[in-house]
Amino acid sequence: MIPATGRREFLKTSGMLVVGLHIAGTPGGNPIAALFEADGPYPDPDFKQLDSWIVIGEDDTATFYVGKTDCGQGTGTAFRQMMSDELDIAFDKTACVMGRTDITVDQGGSGGSDAIQVDGWPMRRVAAEARRVLLDMASAKFGLPVDQLTVTDGVITAKSDPSKKITYGELIGGKRFNVTLTGRNVDATTGTARVKAVQDLKMVGQSPKRYDIPAKVDGSLEWAVDVNLPGMVHARNVKPPVAGAKLLGVDQSSVRGIPGFIRVVTKGNYVAVVCEREEHAIRAARQLKVSWQKPPAPPFPTSTDLFDYMRGATPTSSTRPVVVGNAESALANAATIVEASYEVPFQGHTAIGPAHATADPSNEQMTIYSNDMKSYGMRNGIAQFLQMPRDRVRVIWLDGPQGYGRTAADDAGFEAAFLANEIGRPVRLQWMRDEETAWDTKGPAYAVKMRGGLDAQGNLVALDYEARAADYNHVGYNEPDTVLIAQLMGMRRATPAGGSAATPSDMYAISNRRMAGHIVSLPLVWETPLRTGNLRDPNGPQSTFAAESFIDELAAAAKADPVRFRLKLLTAGTADDEGFRRQRSIAVVNAVAEAYGWDARPSPRARGAGRILTGRGIAYSFRGQTIVAEIAEVEVNRETGHVWVKRLVCAHDCGLVINPEALRRTVEGALMHGLSRALHEEVAFDGEKVTSVDWNSSPTLTHADTPERIDVVLVNGDPNPRRPDLPHYGAGEAACKPMIAAVANAIFDATGVRLRRVPFRDARVLTAIKAAAG
Amino acid sequence: MSKMALKVNGAVHTVDVEPSTPLLYILRNDLGLHGPHFGCGLGQCGACAVIIQGVATRSCVTPVSSVKGEITTLEGLAPPGKLHPIQQAWIEEQAPACGFCQNGQIMTAKALLDRNPNPTDAQIREGMNRTLCRCMTYYRIQAAIKRAAKMMAGKEARA
Repeated sequence: MIPATGRREFLKTSGMLVVGLHIAGTPGGNPIAALFEADGPYPDPDFKQLDSWIVIGEDDTATFYVGKTDCGQGTGTAFRQMMSDELDIAFDKTACVMGRTDITVDQGGSGGSDAIQVDGWPMRRVAAEARRVLLDMASAKFGLPVDQLTVTDGVITAKSDPSKKITYGELIGGKRFNVTLTGRNVDATTGTARVKAVQDLKMVGQSPKRYDIPAKVDGSLEWAVDVNLPGMVHARNVKPPVAGAKLLGVDQSSVRGIPGFIRVVTKGNYVAVVCEREEHAIRAARQLKVSWQKPPAPPFPTSTDLFDYMRGATPTSSTRPVVVGNAESALANAATIVEASYEVPFQGHTAIGPAHATADPSNEQMTIYSNDMKSYGMRNGIAQFLQMPRDRVRVIWLDGPQGYGRTAADDAGFEAAFLANEIGRPVRLQWMRDEETAWDTKGPAYAVKMRGGLDAQGNLVALDYEARAADYNHVGYNEPDTVLIAQLMGMRRATPAGGSAATPSDMYAISNRRMAGHIVSLPLVWETPLRTGNLRDPNGPQSTFAAESFIDELAAAAKADPVRFRLKLLTAGTADDEGFRRQRSIAVVNAVAEAYGWDARPSPRARGAGRILTGRGIAYSFRGQTIVAEIAEVEVNRETGHVWVKRLVCAHDCGLVINPEALRRTVEGALMHGLSRALHEEVAFDGEKVTSVDWNSSPTLTHADTPERIDVVLVNGDPNPRRPDLPHYGAGEAACKPMIAAVANAIFDATGVRLRRVPFRDARVLTAIKAAAG
Repeated sequence: MSKMALKVNGAVHTVDVEPSTPLLYILRNDLGLHGPHFGCGLGQCGACAVIIQGVATRSCVTPVSSVKGEITTLEGLAPPGKLHPIQQAWIEEQAPACGFCQNGQIMTAKALLDRNPNPTDAQIREGMNRTLCRCMTYYRIQAAIKRAAKMMAGKEARA
């Protein structure tokens, strides 16, 4: 890695030999000291310069500058694999710098599982371009045409004379390429070189270990929480005790005796305390006497009344229904009609570490050290929030606890920057656990009504999906007027974000189908702990829980095997899309059934008399171009209602696989996250505040819940699986999507009891079992 | 404020803090040991775990004045530049996702394996159950613990 000062000099200085350019074996070696030296301003790296993306060192290394962040899924390792292949350099001679707004091009940071799918292409193209330029340089040097040269591991050799060879470092080490790229936007960045055919990629498809892991297990990594700057002070927030409460005043004397107390900062309804030491800031936040005025009306219904409220509310907007044929008339003529309603509560991000950031106002710049997955959006947002020129603000992305979308609305970064501006010293701010669990962004709650019609032969002839999502004023892109501190300060954009109410993602051919969505608002729109944000596949698990549970209900009504019932719907049509999603869906459903050892029969199974009932359930969906089908095998204790998912099988098609082992773990993590949402997670609230505030009141999946066995089957269902341009699709979120439905379907198979309300905690399952037993 | 001596990873440090201060803040902010992380401040998640007298202890709810005996943090599991077999097993299994909680997973596993060098699957689940991971890497952590147990047993057999 290049020290920040050197790197920035490099970007703005032409033809200069950069001294001290070196590469770090892992980015875990303390980068903080070097960063502190860069004094600003921080203009945007130009995406149309090859030097913004790749630097070759004198030591024959290559450093890749990537404008994405790694949420602990090995994205950086995958970029190194793809780019070392295109550049023809050994993987272990490469390094990757990610997410720093001052020295990496704005590729948007993380989101939408798009790093490999979208940004993988420009990264491959710029690496291929660097290889082309280096070959041209060697060609000129040796006086030989490029086709008379070969390149292996960063060494270019004349085919006719192996003694004629030169390394990348000898050609350009420490110097600029000075090559201009083209492209209408960052995603389209390209040189004139072509990327390689899949067959010519060597590192792609292998599983080098993630470079970030060693420093994460030996304690040497400098995380965003670890930033400790000279003169730094500690801050904590004080949140309103009731959502929507108005700040009347603070009694500074209540905290003045605390050692190292610096100041109480308030603006609007935002309150923070600042102290020299962290433990004193925590104490001051607890001890500060604050007067609040309750809002005139309850901010929201209770979590018990949520779904009745949602069904009774007038939608703030409705999406245009997706219509095929005429579902109403087909339902009227159906031999069997099935109806069911499904409910998914608000579920939190509840990251293992609460929100945090450190902001440094030195040199009239603002540097924010943050784990924000969207560091570029945060940089722009903070510049607007503080009314500073963009080039005086930078965000240094560092590793942090993953919230899978939580940091898309990175409150702590804005708060730390605001406080640093007020205090004039570097400020480290961190939320407390109760604050994070209560006030983080939430995945929207869904209430879905479904109706389906079967003909006399058990064929599905009509399907109607109608969702209501509590998703009004969804936040998640670090807008300066929607992060929580801005809301608490009274900022209001003219129009709140509309939100969304998603429809299912499947390739079923159903001749009469209607899918509709409505968005509803809770009474309190701003300054609420029930603000919705991007929770890993933001609407997918909710809509798929309803849709894929209902397909199972229809299969049961038709006395059909759930896998065969789905395959029949997938094979009923012949039309496909550009990504061959129908054909790939069939391959994935077949693969998961085969890997599990699925025996075809209708659900539920015949129940034994024992205490433990077993069953299996399938669900399928896609996110973007990535297709997933999952089978859960459960044990249900009919005396306690406890559900243990004993085995999970996932078939997963995300096109070209870059790193199979890292992908398997990413998919496992997504499956387990889905499992946690299926079994445990729910935001609880009374009429005034969120009451799930820690790991007791907001339970999560534990070691004890872990399946005995997880199988991830990587499928390539492309009709031409060996095509040289096989695309690479995203994998960070898709496997979350069908999990809740697969578990519900397995519980039904085991017990004959259909659970239509998430989560499937023991008490709910037991009540349902008892009710069914009559 | 009062002065007190703490032995951490083999070295003695003197700190001048209030006796009720949770150990976590002393380790992180005064001694620069960033292995232990703040997760909940309530002793519920384990991200802050350190080992004191063989016990995986939650430093976020441990007043510094109550500490009796040497403290081992993640940084002190192995000599500088070396990895403990548990850390090695974690790398071999590629267990972490984001990695933020893994301090607690590793330190809890260390205390578990010191107590019980060859735990059954059920004992691993039980012993690790209150150590939370929100990337939910439990499946790989459990595999890494079994791998570490084998590595540690093999090493002892050779010694």
